Amino acid sequence: MGALLNQRFLILAMLAVVIAVLPFVFPSSYYFRVASLVWVSALAAIGLNILMGQAGQVSLGHAAFFGIGAYSVAIGPTHLGIPSWAALLIGAALSAVLAYLVGRPILRLKGQYLAIATLGLGVRGALVISTESGWTGGPDGMPVERLTLFGWRVSGSYTWYWVTGALLLVGTWIALNLDETPTGRAFRALHDSEVAAQVVGVDVARFKLQAFVIAAVYGSIAGSALAFMNGFINPDQAGFLHSVELVTIVVLGGLGSVVGSIVGAAVLVTLPQALTVFQEYEHLLLGLIIIVSMIFMRNGIVPSLSGLFHRKART
Amino acid sequence: MAEFLQFLISGLTVGAVYALVALGFTLIYNASGVVNFAQGEFVMLGGMVTVFASAAGVPLVLAAFIAVVVAIVIGLLLHRLAIEPARGASAVTLIIITIGASILFRGIAAIIFDKQFHKLPGFTGETPINILGAAVQPQSFWVLGGAAVVVVALYVFLEHTILGKAVLATAANRLAARLVGINTTTIMAIAFGGSAAIGAIAGILVTPITLTSYDVGTLLALKGFAAAMLGGMGNPVGAVIGGLLLGLLEAFGAGYLSSTYKDAFAFLVILIVLFVAPQGLFGRRVVERV
Amino acid sequence: MTILKATDIGISFGGVKAVDGVSFSVSPGQILSIIGPNGAGKTTLFNIVSGIYAASRGTIHLADENVTDLSPHKLAARGLSRTFQNLQIFQRMTACENVMVGRHLREKCSLLPALFRTPSVTRQNRETRAAALDLLAYVGLKDVADVPAGSLPYGACKRLEIARALAAEPRVLLLDEPAAGCNAVETEEIDHLIRQVADRGVAVVLVEHDMKLVMKISDRILVLERGRPLAEGTPREVRDNPKVLEAYLGQHGAREAARA
Repeated sequence: MGALLNQRFLILAMLAVVIAVLPFVFPSSYYFRVASLVWVSALAAIGLNILMGQAGQVSLGHAAFFGIGAYSVAIGPTHLGIPSWAALLIGAALSAVLAYLVGRPILRLKGQYLAIATLGLGVRGALVISTESGWTGGPDGMPVERLTLFGWRVSGSYTWYWVTGALLLVGTWIALNLDETPTGRAFRALHDSEVAAQVVGVDVARFKLQAFVIAAVYGSIAGSALAFMNGFINPDQAGFLHSVELVTIVVLGGLGSVVGSIVGAAVLVTLPQALTVFQEYEHLLLGLIIIVSMIFMRNGIVPSLSGLFHRKART
Repeated sequence: MAEFLQFLISGLTVGAVYALVALGFTLIYNASGVVNFAQGEFVMLGGMVTVFASAAGVPLVLAAFIAVVVAIVIGLLLHRLAIEPARGASAVTLIIITIGASILFRGIAAIIFDKQFHKLPGFTGETPINILGAAVQPQSFWVLGGAAVVVVALYVFLEHTILGKAVLATAANRLAARLVGINTTTIMAIAFGGSAAIGAIAGILVTPITLTSYDVGTLLALKGFAAAMLGGMGNPVGAVIGGLLLGLLEAFGAGYLSSTYKDAFAFLVILIVLFVAPQGLFGRRVVERV
Repeated sequence: MTILKATDIGISFGGVKAVDGVSFSVSPGQILSIIGPNGAGKTTLFNIVSGIYAASRGTIHLADENVTDLSPHKLAARGLSRTFQNLQIFQRMTACENVMVGRHLREKCSLLPALFRTPSVTRQNRETRAAALDLLAYVGLKDVADVPAGSLPYGACKRLEIARALAAEPRVLLLDEPAAGCNAVETEEIDHLIRQVADRGVAVVLVEHDMKLVMKISDRILVLERGRPLAEGTPREVRDNPKVLEAYLGQHGAREAARA
């Protein structure tokens, strides 16, 4: 227990140090932007990893919640006059409610059926956004008003680096908290054996739903953050490809590993940036990365590395 | 009446395409247990390769043949390079692999071809035929007839050839099939190649009506999967009937209710099927053993 | 006094009657064994009683409450716990965590305190872990408390499942072949363990193939054959029942039973 507490503290401390030190080595504001993108993707992935890695339920439509968060902070202030910060909270609440309503029936499905059902729902979500162009600007997207907090207008890639970094720290803290609690244990238990979890009294449906709602809220907040940061959004952020990207980040980094989600996000976000020369090849690359990582990195980067480390340490 | 007939025929036409996609799904699913999300890309390839080959001056029949061969090669490569190496992975991992493959194929198609919509000329002209007041494109008959031929051919292959029976045996029980000496890896390769061919044929037949582009695969795959689910996963007859039903549903839904969310109707039905009768219309109920 | 009472239970799969008209009851502190050849429907009966399958006919009462068709976690909340024939341990969790999950119903489990790790959560965690360690010591697994359960040997997993089931503080415990695959020493240990559990007032229902174990510890025995009840009584009555000897035990089994 003591060791675990320390490990939790260690991860948070290391993450804080990384966030604090990186600015000293960044040569231009472009790097701040890319890093902020990593933090935002990592935030969404950490949430999805609670669902996938901990509770063992796949969601291939998770970008839909990202989209709800993003479009909430776009539509709320623009069409309804809601303050930006409130729109973020409303988006998160909306995602939670929607996840609850959708999750109740859909989480009864298992394995590939759940995968296809969530995928299908995600595709419909993006379709709705593209179709309701009166509200959403359709396929072209729409601008997002800047976030204003207590009269402070949050803008600039430098500022957003710190804001998203802080969000990621909070998100990491919460995810790590969950691990060693009755709820976290129930998640992991139903992942390993639903039937065994049930017979010791775990209400499997309820906990799957909780994991789904938590993941949705993470996704929504990450979506809002990205929308504020970019000042613009389009349906791609809620689309099928983004859903698959999020799942890839989670699996690539390592199912069930919070650090893994951050590492996975760093890899999957920076790799295409590093290969911008091949912009035409973006999809092709993404497809390749997915296939290769699913075949060869099924256990994920972080668990594989830590396994290697432990084996070395023992011998 | 004319309106009804119009919807009926267009529903059956689209449904025949869904049926072929669902049939492709079923073939691979039965042989390997893999839900192949890249099934829609075979349809895309069939259409796109034919379009570009015939644009390059190749006669339509030859272009179509090339398209089918290309799809088969891609299907075999998919099996050899992405599915075989991941042997033993979970069903969800395998789906994600095929999704990766689908994105990859789409990316390649966008580069080799382009991102425009393309059309093929109708095989036998484009003058609508008047049937009891409904204007029917002649290509509809090609789609329906072609689908029927594919279904019959597949039936004959499965029921009346040794190889086909080996496929059925593998579907029924992979381990037992291996024990009696069937090379299940070959069977899986045949299933991937066959599915690819079926998908490509569907793509060639339907492109004169619905157009094609590099990214038509995703929605087709989803609907094909929906059709397969509706009919009962793993049941070829169910896949065909499920496909036709789904096509009819969409056509009548779009015609009488609203066309904006035509695609959503189909999906709603799938959700209902999943919850009310997860075994589909013709599937068998499976009891989970503990 | 009866705590668990199953009446006229039946279920069929695709026309095959896997369980057909089986009734039994068990009182606190009593050990009831259900025996029968493979395919007799023992595990299916367990799956019905623990709420995993829905019976097509019959009723189940737990402490005078009709609990037919209740889901497993609701049955667990009413004091019914079980182990599995084919192990169902939480492979990726440590042995201790496995048992801690068993304490699930005894823990307060609200989401927000868990997300923000309030002091009460930490305190409760400490208590649960202490209770889990006690149980692990009770089944002789204290040394491997922090080892991933997936890497434990088979016999240890069997005992771990029992510890996990006990962690829920059940009033009725269903044990599905607890001694299967265990060597003589391990079987002896499990025998001992079951008796202790029963002595604490828990009603134990046991499915087991090891006749020696069954004859030794059972208060009553129910014999099934092809889903139907064949005989019921004390070990002596069952052993001497010619129908049982003929239909189930056969000559070899009869000899073994006589030796026990």
